[in-house]
Amino acid sequence: MAAIEPMEQFMIHKIVAGPVITIPGAPAIDLSITNSVLFMLIAAAILAGFFFVASRREIVPGRLQAMAEMLYGMVDGTLTGGVIGDRGRPFLPFVFALFMLILMLNLVGLIPGGFSVTSQLAVTAALAVMTFLTVIVVGIVRNGFGVLKLFWPSGVNPGMAFFIGFFEFISFLIRPMTLAMRLFGNMIGGHVVIYMFASFVVGLAVFAMNGGLASLGFGVSVVSFGMVVGLMLLELVVAFLQAFVFAALTCVYLNEMVNLDHAH
Amino acid sequence: MDVTAAKYIGAGLAMTGLIGAGAGLGLLFGGYLQAAIRNPAAAGGERVWLFLGMALAESMGIFGLVMGFIILFVKV
Repeated sequence: MAAIEPMEQFMIHKIVAGPVITIPGAPAIDLSITNSVLFMLIAAAILAGFFFVASRREIVPGRLQAMAEMLYGMVDGTLTGGVIGDRGRPFLPFVFALFMLILMLNLVGLIPGGFSVTSQLAVTAALAVMTFLTVIVVGIVRNGFGVLKLFWPSGVNPGMAFFIGFFEFISFLIRPMTLAMRLFGNMIGGHVVIYMFASFVVGLAVFAMNGGLASLGFGVSVVSFGMVVGLMLLELVVAFLQAFVFAALTCVYLNEMVNLDHAH
Repeated sequence: MDVTAAKYIGAGLAMTGLIGAGAGLGLLFGGYLQAAIRNPAAAGGERVWLFLGMALAESMGIFGLVMGFIILFVKV
């Protein structure tokens, strides 16, 4: 009987071995095509194909175009427009690309046999660091060094203000970590739970073959299968929600930097 | 106590963090529902913040889960 290894589905395997580039002074960069790279390419191809077909710009949109317009309208209206306001328009391409990429990576990971790319902390950390650096650069470009006003509460006596500013700064620096770990933890948690319930389906059926009272195992096996179906539905919702939350938090952080001088 | 037993105990203790996550999520959705029933017209506008708050509160529980996984699966 195969061992139950919930974490084995997240292991990275090389599919096509590629060159290893060593720049002296830096760690070696391994350019092989792994299963993670393969599914990133699949997600990118699906996105490119979807938007290529959906950009036909017919006046009465077909179903694909209507879906693309709904997604774009949601990011424009609710995310950059709703959270940041008028000054948020320049960030629409970045937030939209981030949202669609995370959504597609999450969804591709749910296909049976698919590899969940966003369950790799390296991938989510890269996205989070990219967002964080964007926020910092935008803040400094917009506000100069007045960006430090973000941490200083107004109307508090200076002794308290120092402590509050210090803790505000620390919680600001924690943001990329929480962004990365939120997406990573949700994806890992969802996939591990689905794996455990799916392992019950076969495991309990094999156990129930012993006969006698163990035949109840067949019933519980069917219930476990129902749980797997329900959890897959939940994971679809979580895939969309986590992409939305990543993009929304990006917009909230950008809003702090962009609208520092006035509430929008 | 050998390492495997300590790992299992540690992972189980790490799950107590989800108590706070559950309480926070209940408070959040309860507050939104109360306000939405009193003022249904304004409920749609705040839906973005509802989902944002839900993800932020749930992520606290997820951090506990990740700690549990780290305790359980990282080779000593």
